[in-house]
Amino acid sequence: MNTIASLGIGEIGYISEGALEHIPLKLLEMGCLPGAEVELIQIAPLKDPIYICVNGSHLAIRKETASQIQILKSEF
Amino acid sequence: MAKNDIKVALIGNPNTGKTSLFNQLTGLTQKVGNYPGVTVDKKKGTCKLSATQNAVITDLPGTYSINPTSIDESIVLKTLLKKDIKESPDVILVVADVENLKRNLLLFSQIKDLEIPTVLAINMVDQMSRKGISIDLTALKEELNTEVVLISARKNKGIRNVKDAIIKCHVAAKASPMCDANYKIDPEYFDKLKAINPNFSLYELWLMVTQKNFPAAISKKEKAQLLSFNKDVSRLKKYQHKETIYRYQEINKVLKKTYIVDKSKATDLRSKFDKVFTHKIFGYLIFFAVLLLIFQSIFDWSSLPMDLIDTTFAELSDFARNNLPGGILSDLIVEGIIPGIGGVIIFIPQIAILFLFVAVLEETGYMSRVVFLMDKIMRRYGMNGKSIIPLISGTACAIPAIMATRTISSWKERLITILVVPFTTCSARLPVYAILISLIIPNTKIFGFYNLQAFTLLMLYALGFVTAILAAYILQKTLKIKSNSFFVVEMPNYKLPSIKNVALDVLEKTKAFVFGAGKIILALSVVLWFLASNGPASFKNAEENVTNNVENRQLSATELQQKIGSAKLENSYIGIMGKTIEPAIKPLGYDWKVGIAIITSFAAREVFVGTLATIYSVEAEDENTTTIKEKMRSEINPETGKQRFNFPAGMSLLVFYAFAMQCMATLAIVKRETKTWKWPLIQLFGMTGLAYVCSLIIYQILS
Ligand SMILES: Nc1nc2c(ncn2[C@@H]2O[C@H](COP(=O)(O)OP(=O)(O)OP(=O)(O)O)[C@@H](O)[C@H]2O)c(=O)[nH]1
Ligand SMILES: [Mg+2]
Repeated sequence: MNTIASLGIGEIGYISEGALEHIPLKLLEMGCLPGAEVELIQIAPLKDPIYICVNGSHLAIRKETASQIQILKSEF
Repeated sequence: MAKNDIKVALIGNPNTGKTSLFNQLTGLTQKVGNYPGVTVDKKKGTCKLSATQNAVITDLPGTYSINPTSIDESIVLKTLLKKDIKESPDVILVVADVENLKRNLLLFSQIKDLEIPTVLAINMVDQMSRKGISIDLTALKEELNTEVVLISARKNKGIRNVKDAIIKCHVAAKASPMCDANYKIDPEYFDKLKAINPNFSLYELWLMVTQKNFPAAISKKEKAQLLSFNKDVSRLKKYQHKETIYRYQEINKVLKKTYIVDKSKATDLRSKFDKVFTHKIFGYLIFFAVLLLIFQSIFDWSSLPMDLIDTTFAELSDFARNNLPGGILSDLIVEGIIPGIGGVIIFIPQIAILFLFVAVLEETGYMSRVVFLMDKIMRRYGMNGKSIIPLISGTACAIPAIMATRTISSWKERLITILVVPFTTCSARLPVYAILISLIIPNTKIFGFYNLQAFTLLMLYALGFVTAILAAYILQKTLKIKSNSFFVVEMPNYKLPSIKNVALDVLEKTKAFVFGAGKIILALSVVLWFLASNGPASFKNAEENVTNNVENRQLSATELQQKIGSAKLENSYIGIMGKTIEPAIKPLGYDWKVGIAIITSFAAREVFVGTLATIYSVEAEDENTTTIKEKMRSEINPETGKQRFNFPAGMSLLVFYAFAMQCMATLAIVKRETKTWKWPLIQLFGMTGLAYVCSLIIYQILS
């Protein structure tokens, strides 16, 4: 199963519709919505946290959170 | 505050320019910086909206929504929930960043649903063309049913329009909900909620349920009813999620008609910079290089102005001595006040340089990249990536740094950060370090280019940081507090620092340093001088005893004068006090004069040098005035016949100042933020105990 944590640098995914309940409210409010495009911009030197761009927000989140959010690797 | 003043609250996402706008409106100079979480407390100011109408503006911390997860965000919730009717705002001024309007409108939609009159100010419009953004303002006003103004707080554009919009909005006093999101989710459920107290808007009631936070106007019975909605937690959570999705759908509809981004026109420097600044090797290398540069500059750029100040004060003393009529008052000025104040003023160049670098880093957006680089490391030691901001801003002063921990949502991580922040080398330690380093470390180059003194200073800062981390590790293992660690940080755009913001920041902080320390040293130098030039019977006989002593017969006139000076000082009140504590500090390599300086340092560390300057001036009965550094260099330890501030004693003092908790103001703030005396007391005894033991070991090994 693909999650945001499984993206490589520069890769893009789309948050799947089924992910809604697993997204923390705070992230949802910051624009991590189902269907949104997520780009992984950078992974921190110690492999955690990661730096993503979603819905125009540039966010740093931890792997632990990212691995809860399922994505599809290409748009359908 | 006059009765008919309009109460305006500034609310918006973090880093959207609320404080910049606040400063423009009120003429105040609150701190502005390019990272989320600069403002962590309320601040009020007044503003003239028109010839007849004034407003009281409240600047608030930034927040992404009104569902708070940290202390700074909950301040916004409390303001909105009308906890105190006198404080509740008449008009809300929502400040949004034009570049991320969609996300900013989420908070806006929540506030609209609270049915408070709202004005929307879209900030940073100076960036629009660079980002390829265009807005149909008339349509947007219509769609949102709100006064909307485009502004640039940094360039002071559109401020007039903001004022007009506030007045217009206040007069119309219309407040319609934007989407009433809740009704769309489950009408039946929310009808029941609304029935509890129809005087409140539905969204207010919903917030009371989800946040368990109640205004005074809610009765006991109503409170119980509201709480009964809180039983089904999973349902609450589901509805909150649905609500957010629904709001975004509505916002998308609005923006589709009014907000266009042409990506082909956008320039994207951010990703290019980020590739370098957050790179796995370059990222840390750059961070380290920046630090090296700062410390080199602190020594290199400051040596000339510092020497100038030092000699100026020495000459000032001379001038005063020669021109004032003799007597107690002029003694006080020449021996007490001038050297004491000089001991503070002399450090302005170094401190200003440090503040300059920190302000520039804060304005560029680099701080958030450091947060990103450090989170993993900080987490391992019981803190949070966000803890790095207090640890860095603590180089100015621990007090704002402790306030800055309010953005950390986990209580355990926040408490640990508060407890270890005072290990960060604050600007009050810088004077002590600088003068001791210049006395005990030779001014040579290492690795062919780097100043050894600057390197030593860097090592002392590193010592503070490493100790903070180790202390955090111990606290993490010993504190039995459960709390969830969560981490989401927004990475702001890189910006060229605004010269005005940087200059103001440096000026404000330097002023605070000079006046804060100046006031204390002024009072202290009077007390010190009095205690040093008066004493019991033995003081009055000191001169006679020295002159009559057979051993002293062969001494020259100046040597005799010196002996008399020392004897008098030793028998003065302060000498007696110092001698009493001397046994406790002697094993660390200090004499009683240093001991007195350490004691006065508990009021504020930066008075260390000023205190010594005053004591030494009283002692030197001769007419030659020397600079502070010279006085310290020529101080002799009578037992060894060598310099008082030699390498072992100097190192021991450096370590003592690195670790000891010598700041009352910090203790008071820790008490306020943790709400108990337990933690500040642990800091006081823990840190000072550590300082004593380490200095003891260092001195005993080195000497
Ligand atoms: N380009 C541009 N930058 C701006 C403008 N207004 C503010 N800024 C910059 O945006 C950054 C954030 O400004 P602040 O006023 O501290 O923002 P804030 O909303 O008070 O931030 P928090 O207190 O952290 O919530 C600073 O670097 C400002 O210089 C503007 O109109 N244009
Ligand atoms: Mg602010």
